[in-house]
Amino acid sequence: MAKQLYNEPSPLETRIVSKNFAIEGSETLDVYLANDGYKAFRKAKEMTPEAIIEEVKTSGLRGRGGAGFPTGLKWSFVPRNSPKPRVIVVNADESEPGTCKDRLLMEYDPHQLIEGILIGGLAVDAHAGYIYIRGEYRYLIEKMDRAIDEAYANGYLGKNVAGTGFQFDLYTHSGAGAYECGEETALLDSIEGKRGIPRMKPPFPAVAGAWALPTLLNNVETFSAIPPIIRDGGAAFAVLGTPKNGGTRLVCISGHVNKPGVYELPLGFPMLKAIYEVAGGIPGGKKLKAVVPGGSSCPILKADECDILMDYDTLAKVGSMLGSGGMVVLDETTDMVRFALRIMKFYAHESCGWCIPCREGTTWLKKILQRFYEGQGRREDISMLGELSKNMLGRTFCALGDAAALPTISIVEKFTEDFEAYLARQEVLV
Amino acid sequence: MADIVKLTIDGREIQAEKGKLLIEVARQNGIEVPAFCYHEDYTLQAACRMCLVEIEKTPKLQVGCTTPVAEGMVVRTDSDLVRKSRKGMVEFLLTNHPLDCPVCDKGGECELQDMAFRYGAGESRFVERKIHTDEKQWSPVVYFDAPRCILCYRCVRACNEGMGVGALGVGNRGAISEIVPNHGDHLECDECGLCIDICPVGALTSGAYRYQTRPWEMEHVGTICTHCADGCKTTLGVRNDEIMRGNNRDRSGINNEFLCVKGRYAFDFTKHPERLQSPMMKTEKGFEPISWSQALEVVSTKFSEAKARGAKFGVIGSNHTTNEENFFLAKFARQGLGTNNIDHHRTGDLATFFDALSGKTNALATTNDVYSAKAVLVVGADLAQQHPFLSFQARANFRHHNAHIYAVTSGPVREDNQAVASVRVQKGGEVAGVESLRDKLKSEGDLVIVFGDAVQADALRKLVDFGDSLGIPVKYVCLVDYSNSRGAFDMGVLPRDGGMSREQMLAATDLDVLWVVGANPLKIAALASKQAFVVVQDLFMSETAKQADVVLPAASAYEKNGTVTNVCGEVQRLKQAIKVMGTKTDLEIFGQIAKEMGLNLGIWLPDKVFEEIRESVHGYGVSPALLAIGPVPTIPLNGRVAALPGAIQSSGDTLFTSGSLTPYSEILNKVMEAPGRLYGGQGQ
Repeated sequence: MAKQLYNEPSPLETRIVSKNFAIEGSETLDVYLANDGYKAFRKAKEMTPEAIIEEVKTSGLRGRGGAGFPTGLKWSFVPRNSPKPRVIVVNADESEPGTCKDRLLMEYDPHQLIEGILIGGLAVDAHAGYIYIRGEYRYLIEKMDRAIDEAYANGYLGKNVAGTGFQFDLYTHSGAGAYECGEETALLDSIEGKRGIPRMKPPFPAVAGAWALPTLLNNVETFSAIPPIIRDGGAAFAVLGTPKNGGTRLVCISGHVNKPGVYELPLGFPMLKAIYEVAGGIPGGKKLKAVVPGGSSCPILKADECDILMDYDTLAKVGSMLGSGGMVVLDETTDMVRFALRIMKFYAHESCGWCIPCREGTTWLKKILQRFYEGQGRREDISMLGELSKNMLGRTFCALGDAAALPTISIVEKFTEDFEAYLARQEVLV
Repeated sequence: MADIVKLTIDGREIQAEKGKLLIEVARQNGIEVPAFCYHEDYTLQAACRMCLVEIEKTPKLQVGCTTPVAEGMVVRTDSDLVRKSRKGMVEFLLTNHPLDCPVCDKGGECELQDMAFRYGAGESRFVERKIHTDEKQWSPVVYFDAPRCILCYRCVRACNEGMGVGALGVGNRGAISEIVPNHGDHLECDECGLCIDICPVGALTSGAYRYQTRPWEMEHVGTICTHCADGCKTTLGVRNDEIMRGNNRDRSGINNEFLCVKGRYAFDFTKHPERLQSPMMKTEKGFEPISWSQALEVVSTKFSEAKARGAKFGVIGSNHTTNEENFFLAKFARQGLGTNNIDHHRTGDLATFFDALSGKTNALATTNDVYSAKAVLVVGADLAQQHPFLSFQARANFRHHNAHIYAVTSGPVREDNQAVASVRVQKGGEVAGVESLRDKLKSEGDLVIVFGDAVQADALRKLVDFGDSLGIPVKYVCLVDYSNSRGAFDMGVLPRDGGMSREQMLAATDLDVLWVVGANPLKIAALASKQAFVVVQDLFMSETAKQADVVLPAASAYEKNGTVTNVCGEVQRLKQAIKVMGTKTDLEIFGQIAKEMGLNLGIWLPDKVFEEIRESVHGYGVSPALLAIGPVPTIPLNGRVAALPGAIQSSGDTLFTSGSLTPYSEILNKVMEAPGRLYGGQGQ
């Protein structure tokens, strides 16, 4: 019997990072070794750190956590010759609504992640790594710990990694249920045992991160993409995507689709093709209303804006973001007021409370939307939602305020008619 | 010289030190940039977002409190966008802030109120339900009303960084984030109340002041705290001859925002029900109130008689009375009564100290030196307990200048947290302990040595020799206990020229008259002379007053004008805040006794006496105009000082005690009884 995956793979996928997912026992070291495991690490061990970073640059890989910063460039910022030891921190605090890819990478192929981290260690001369896993992924912490134990037992972590003499220690660290700790500097504070609030930048983590040490911090998917890039060359990865948008990425398609799931698609894949072919289209043949392209913090796209290619630059051109790959498909029956409320409930709950606009703004917006949803809306509320969001936008300490403001602004502006409909219904009742 | 950059703020060209914070540069140039969370003494937060300004070539508004100025920067603090942003922030803040200004303690001096008036909108668009939580009491002096809190984290930083206590933290998140005590439901702290006064709104309120009055109903009298010797300025809020509160919110005085529990709250002894308000005379039936004229007549007659028959006088002065009073008392004893038997409770070996420093210049540290020296060495003293302001200065020095702190003490002290090296010694082993730090200290740029009564006589001389041998500039602070201990010494309330010390007076069986002013020597010692006529001037029926023949009710430091000299020799002015019915200042009592006795000791007005002090006391030739502005350091006689008889011992007060005033301060007693205090009732 074939392995039961969370979703059926699609023939339209380009499976690079997820190539082992379907293999029985893919989470074990044996299976990983049998499927090109540690070839990349051995190759990297023979390369200079500069060459490794150059290869990553060539691949066009951009941060998969959401911001899309070029990974090779980020790696080059870590001062390799600092007198302080360097550390690697892996952001596995996957909390963006709509995003559920890192869990699969840790569940189905933890050794690929470990190998990616080790290569990062070679590139910046780091000898310790911490995987910060969100608290709600308790079961994954156990799976990841099991993989780490297995790696230690077989000499793929510890004093002499794969017999190369390279030393590396890897630990998991549990988050405590705060979305904010997915922000890299809040994550660092949390790892240090402090309250998870973002830090002032500069200094950036590359210079002074965890315990004020130079820190290489990337998302799980970013590290997981490193072994294939080193193994097959950066150019081979880059060519899969569009220029400046190298390779493939895991797209989590959810919402009103027949086959929701995580699919590995090359960058620049057409969005409509992803919805209608990869994810099997909308149930009941309903019409598409809107798409959240990359997690709840991205400005929403109307159906007529969705005929685009999915890469960082195209999304930016239409005023949205590729984000963390969490694509939420909404059909024509979706109540956008309720959708906006759901999003804002999340952000109001997750605001860390550090700065005024985010703390007070998200709660206020939530209350307005709640009242609107309950049939107590006023016409002026519609413009106020936009105004208040704009009072937050770009003025908060970290990007959480923007993450709450951007989708709200786009929903209010693009789907005003949904709000008007609420008002109309109220008038009928009166 | 630091690099200078040119930038433009609101069209004005401004030169500033490179790397300085934009908010500071703007404010120094008279350009207002509002902020709640920014406080120049503490770490940056960038949390309140009030100081957002427009900087050309940056896409978003930038916070002025974390942006360093750079060459060619073009800044706008008054554009429509900035104004709109501020208005938006105030609007956000007011969403969950209760509009209870009419009953809030802070109303009238609230920063949020001011900002709302200046930048906010007249009407709120917020029509939702506000978040409410009930008010909490964290200690006898600290109450917290969470809904009023705007989360600027000033209190958290003041407690953690300023006080080195860290009793406050942040709990929950998002809109229900609130300031919480780090230990359960109460504060484990110094109860200094710094959090209350640094709070820009009425979230933290004082148990001693809350709901009693409004700021504009009070007169605000800046004077000097009467408790320990550090000489902090406290501004007393006075209404109808009653002190309602003490604080240093305007950050004037030597103490910046600092005040300890005593400076902020322990003025309540002034209205204690047991306060003496009429002269008392001992009769067969016990003490009976008499009139002032009767009392002055009895005392002056007795004094004149005794003087005429060449009787033996003993005069014990005070650590709390003003320089003018001490000066006048010394003159009274020597010239008026013809005795050298005058002394006070000496709590630090100033005689040996000044003698050991004779011939040296720049050897006396000011309170500011403790903040600015490259290194501070604390010897045989628990500053946090007995000199909270010096402790605060040392911590601030560590925080702002990365100063090296050293501690040589018999037990753990708070300075250990900042110390480069802490040495634990047995009492008496202090100098040996200091010696062990020689190599480290030698490499410091300059050093302030602060030492307590554990170091006196020979040990003190050895310590100064040690300082001399380091080859770096060294300054010293000889710790003394009370608000004018130093002044009592400087004014010559001392058994010079063969006079008897305090102990000798009490032990002399042939003493005829004992005159005790603002002191309580009979609390621990017995009076050997059975025939002595005892006159006591005090605020309360102290152990000594109970043994007196006549007790004269004196005014406290908050009820008189004059000057006092703090532990570092800085002379400062007292300003009368209130008048307590029936009392007289000690100076007036001296003057009137002198008058009754027919002595000519000069005019007994504080200003006139200070004129005399300026002329005759070495180092006190300070200009009254300077003194009116703030503290002036005094430099005592720079020559040999004769040794004095008598014992020297600190009374070992803690942060929550203040000698014989302790039982009469309700607030200090409440604080001592409350759970979670950091210190017990006893000193080290």
